Amino acid sequence: MLTIKVLGSGCENCKKLEEAARQAVADMRVEAEVIKVTDYAEMMTYPLLSTPGLVVNEKLVASGRIPTEAEIMTWLANALEAA
Amino acid sequence: MTTLSTNPQSHSTKQTMLIATSLAAAWIAAYNLIQPLANWIAYTALGLSQDSRFGESLAFFLYDVPKILLLLSGMIFIISIVRSFFSAERTRSLLGGKREGVGNILAAMLGIVTPFCSCSAVPLFIGFVEAGIPLGVTFSFLIAAPTINEVAIVMLLGMFGWRVAGLYILSGLSIAIIAGLIMGRLKMEKYVADFVWKVHRTVNVTEEKPTWNARITQAGISVKEIVGKVWLYVVIGIAIGAGIHGYMPEAALVQIMGRQAWWSVPAAVLLGIPLYSNAAGMIPIVSALLEKGASLGTALAFMMSVIGLSLPEAVILRRVLKMPLLVTFFSVIAIAIMLTGFLFNWIL
Repeated sequence: MLTIKVLGSGCENCKKLEEAARQAVADMRVEAEVIKVTDYAEMMTYPLLSTPGLVVNEKLVASGRIPTEAEIMTWLANALEAA
Repeated sequence: MTTLSTNPQSHSTKQTMLIATSLAAAWIAAYNLIQPLANWIAYTALGLSQDSRFGESLAFFLYDVPKILLLLSGMIFIISIVRSFFSAERTRSLLGGKREGVGNILAAMLGIVTPFCSCSAVPLFIGFVEAGIPLGVTFSFLIAAPTINEVAIVMLLGMFGWRVAGLYILSGLSIAIIAGLIMGRLKMEKYVADFVWKVHRTVNVTEEKPTWNARITQAGISVKEIVGKVWLYVVIGIAIGAGIHGYMPEAALVQIMGRQAWWSVPAAVLLGIPLYSNAAGMIPIVSALLEKGASLGTALAFMMSVIGLSLPEAVILRRVLKMPLLVTFFSVIAIAIMLTGFLFNWIL
């Protein structure tokens, strides 16, 4: 089971990232929980300077841009291997 | 650890280069065709007279819309490529340990080239504070980044030429530096939200260098996104501008927006506040107003206010700034904008 966090205040880009993450999860048919983090204090425990940020199993994999679904799928696959 | 760019290559580098080159060639061809085409439609196909007000307005509209949209696409592409060499992380490390003064100047300049979206203002602010960057320097960056806006630069370049575009950048830089210096003097650290001071992360943020293929692909995406967002405002703005161009009498605005009317500068700043984020639509209108006797300083103050004094940004920053600091911050920017407006009215 993967834990995916979307870090962002709820702006347009964060919504797009959340959508892409959910799509990647659905396409890979993996079990994953997608959590939205909008609280800045919590967000700032990850090493990011710009939003949106994507965290897979507590590791920040991207920030400040919307990665493609293919990229997200690579990170999910890596996280599954590591687990 | 952040992996900043490991774009999977949907196109090979060769394919990307080929697409980019053909688009560039098409761009140059289209740019050279719009003037004759606009004249042909207005005066030949529709048979309007060259002296008629409607004909003049229509030709102006038909020429300006494609010209500005083409310029926007081309320039945003180039700006995105340039920005791919900068990042918030690199900017933060460049500003770390800089004193006030030098730091403010550097921060304002980095504000132009660092990729920035106002939704990232809070994490960025916290990250700068965390790195020990002085508050005033941080504010210089936070003012310059949204105020010196790429869409505005390109539109000014297209409608007024490089001198006004340059003046706009220069006044944006001065406002950011002056306001940041003042904010630094005011020693308002205690009005920063308490949780901000508690952020201490030990993990180093590392970046991966994007490939040229990734830079070009990303720049293409930015062009689509930004032009997709502003094109309608550009069209409406130019339509209103074209109407003013054709129908309003010359020098009609000298009395109310000319340089003798000192109160026009603060009035322009106030008027600009509720018009945030509509720079794309405002600039063609401002361009037409200038033609009818408004002064450049007043027009610049108005544009700066439209772009720089944004209420949504204030709402976002409220999360990290207590009310007295937030109010001071926006007042100082407003005053700095007015000063630049007066300055340009005086020297130009």
